[in-house]
Amino acid sequence: MISLKINGSTHALDADPDMPLLWAIRDLLNMTGTKFGCGIAQCGACTVHLDGQPVRSCQTAISDAAGHEITTIEGVNGKVAQAVQAAWQELDVVQCGYCQSGQIMSAIGLLSQTPKPSDNDIESAMDGNVCRCATYGRIRAAIHDAANRLA
Amino acid sequence: MYAKTMLRRPEADRLPVPTALNRRDILKAGGAGALVIGVLIRGGRAYAEEAAGGGKAIAPVAGDPPRPNAFVRIAPDNTVTVIVKHLDKGQGVTTGLPTIVAEELDADWGQMRAEFAPANAQLYNNTDFGPIQGTGGSSSVHNSWTQLRKAGAAARAMLIAAAVDEWKVPATEVTVEKGVLRHKSGKQATFGELAAKAAQQPVPPEVHLKDPKDFTLIGTKLHRIDHIVKTNGTAIYALDIRRPNMLTAVLQRPTRFGGTVKSVDDKAARAIKGVVDVVTVPQGVAVLAENTWAARQGRDALKIEWDDSKAEMRSSAEMLADYKKLAATRGSIAAKAGDAEQALGSSGKVVKAEFTFPYLAHAPMEPLNATVERAADGSYDFYAGSQFPTIEQAVAAATLGVTPDKVRIKTVWAGGSFGRRATPNGDYFGELAAIMAKTDQKRPIHLVYTREDDIKGGRYRPMFYHAMEAALDTNGGIAAWHHRLVGQSFMKGTAFEPVMFKEGVDATAVEGVADMPYAIPNLLVEWHDAPSPVSTLWWRSVGHSHTAQAVEVMMDDLAHAAAKNPVDFRLALLKDHPRHVGVLKLAAEKAGFGKTMPAGQGQGVAVHESFNTYVAMVADVTVKDSNVKVDRITIAVDCGIPINPDVIRAQMEGGAGYGLGAALRNQITFDKGIVDQANFDTYEPLRMSDMPVIDVHIVPSAEAPTGVGEPGVPPVAPAVSNAVFAATGKRLRSLPFDFDSLKGA
Repeated sequence: MISLKINGSTHALDADPDMPLLWAIRDLLNMTGTKFGCGIAQCGACTVHLDGQPVRSCQTAISDAAGHEITTIEGVNGKVAQAVQAAWQELDVVQCGYCQSGQIMSAIGLLSQTPKPSDNDIESAMDGNVCRCATYGRIRAAIHDAANRLA
Repeated sequence: MYAKTMLRRPEADRLPVPTALNRRDILKAGGAGALVIGVLIRGGRAYAEEAAGGGKAIAPVAGDPPRPNAFVRIAPDNTVTVIVKHLDKGQGVTTGLPTIVAEELDADWGQMRAEFAPANAQLYNNTDFGPIQGTGGSSSVHNSWTQLRKAGAAARAMLIAAAVDEWKVPATEVTVEKGVLRHKSGKQATFGELAAKAAQQPVPPEVHLKDPKDFTLIGTKLHRIDHIVKTNGTAIYALDIRRPNMLTAVLQRPTRFGGTVKSVDDKAARAIKGVVDVVTVPQGVAVLAENTWAARQGRDALKIEWDDSKAEMRSSAEMLADYKKLAATRGSIAAKAGDAEQALGSSGKVVKAEFTFPYLAHAPMEPLNATVERAADGSYDFYAGSQFPTIEQAVAAATLGVTPDKVRIKTVWAGGSFGRRATPNGDYFGELAAIMAKTDQKRPIHLVYTREDDIKGGRYRPMFYHAMEAALDTNGGIAAWHHRLVGQSFMKGTAFEPVMFKEGVDATAVEGVADMPYAIPNLLVEWHDAPSPVSTLWWRSVGHSHTAQAVEVMMDDLAHAAAKNPVDFRLALLKDHPRHVGVLKLAAEKAGFGKTMPAGQGQGVAVHESFNTYVAMVADVTVKDSNVKVDRITIAVDCGIPINPDVIRAQMEGGAGYGLGAALRNQITFDKGIVDQANFDTYEPLRMSDMPVIDVHIVPSAEAPTGVGEPGVPPVAPAVSNAVFAATGKRLRSLPFDFDSLKGA
């Protein structure tokens, strides 16, 4: 049994220790806000927080996630998360929306570390998150907007 | 269905005259206090169905199908739900279509909701396509415009009639604003309060549609209906469907297109913990497991021998050589005016060019997937981001041996498509149904594609080769243009072939060339089909995804040869095309086209119409050695009456980004029939650091609205290509761009 603490709740899982955290969250715990995009950490759709740091859950084995605080899109809260989601909504960032859980998790991670990011900071933090709808311009603007909301 | 030939333009329905309605065209049914209005599309059958189904409320809970042919539902809780017959895969139809209804209804935007329609071609036909329900060709707003205006106006009239009944006042004294009906006496009521009574009112014999100058919602900034659910993780996509006791299936498809299964050794796969079954279907070998991880491990453990006797075995270079051989011969004639060959032979300045275009994967963020569940009565529920519901329903039913009415399709949000989810043969529905049929059908099955399945799985934008020659006349115009295209038809052999083929030519292969707007007295356009077992499909903007590059780069070459400004050169040849002229002038003006640029920078322009929407782009680029940075793209778009300007801007941004990503570095190539690419490490998508600043300008218009999902794609590659030429004097013709060729520029 592997014990995972996700969004403050502890879940005991009888699963292959090598199973990526992504599939444990989505298939075993049925929390579907975290998305599958590539499975090889190239798109960021599966981004969750491990002790507050954005990680790709498709490349994080559940045995490595055990003992850490895992946060998914369903569990984010606090003023940074609220500012990011409000900015995303105000600027109508989403199109298909499928990548946006991961984008938002990466953005929250960025703003938690760097409250007033430059364009370069944003690109460094967000370049691993793919959006096939190409909402990048709005994502960049929304991060600046969220930073202003938090200032 | 993406081609213009199927896009019948509607009558210009923009005058505020009362629109006569056939009484039987407007359907209403009350029940459970809800007012339900639909517009009958054709024939009397839908009316009969509606009447037979009357009285049952459309419950907003999963599992309970909406009542047929209802486009508008006004519930006692004061929500107004628009039943959307199109798939929203990001392009925003669940915002755009409710805006049309809300406008005629005088609803408040905050009370509007959207719900996807069930599969039913009689009721939810795409009136641009013919008798199928489907989304594509940037047709959703275009084919719904009149239909939904009438539905909204009829609902409004019935609400007023209910108020008249209740308040005993003349109808002319009842006003409607932001979801509230009022009378000068002080009486007022919400839509929800009057919904039950309104449902008892007779359907109005005619409705009055608004004068566009009175629009209060159309043309304004409204938030997308999905802007909250898609930012908090609660939006449910097909991949998020979870049914009790559900199995996850992954399918091992043939490694080469045209291959089939010869033998399977599934012993190791079955030994993986969580693997439940392995079944062989015509499309490959499926592993069914308790979860995705187990299914994938099981599939990795399969040992399959393939029969490649009918498979594509060529490599990309061999294919291109074959295409070039074909291009040296006469093809089927797609367009002909004057005598281009004779005129080319006798003209002075001749420009020759060739372009190659690769196979392209669509790569939507959400890989293809669907779930099937068998009900106790032997009918089936499919859950998917269904783009061609009635085709998929028919394919699934035939595979499962039931009639289509035994297959219900529940459409959910789709994580992108770009054409991929719409197939003439309902491909992944067919796969899922075939897998289901091979099991005892006691457990629901969720068929999922991995990213590798997606990238290697075919249904690509076809590879194309263009060979062209054009000549200038003595006045700086174009004397002649001869254009040969070689590329595979994805319409051939499908139900769409009779409609899409015109005199032996697949209209989707040559659109954008055969119908180009420029005044050219001698034009010859020919096409060769290049059949292959590789499966191909429409890809965002279809034929325009390659033809715009060929035509607009050639136009730049010709302008250069004529020593003319590229905008002026085009304008002189667009005299009968005011909407092309409008967007071209606007984009050029907003971009400051023609201004002096520092060394290493350049501006390029392109204009292209697709799906009756006109788009011009100016790209600003910086080139340093072989590195090209696209700094800015200025876009002008004319899509008729702009329904939601912010959604239009978003689609232009996204279309330009999608086209740019492909132009920068995307291609599917073959090595002896095996696809070289597999995932986002080898088929690298556009990333934030690639994204230029995009500046969108919308041309004001009173024309009926047209779509914006695709038309933002075609002009981007030629605009960038022409900008690189302006900066370096070197041409990037073929896609993806060969930046190495710029070295030493």
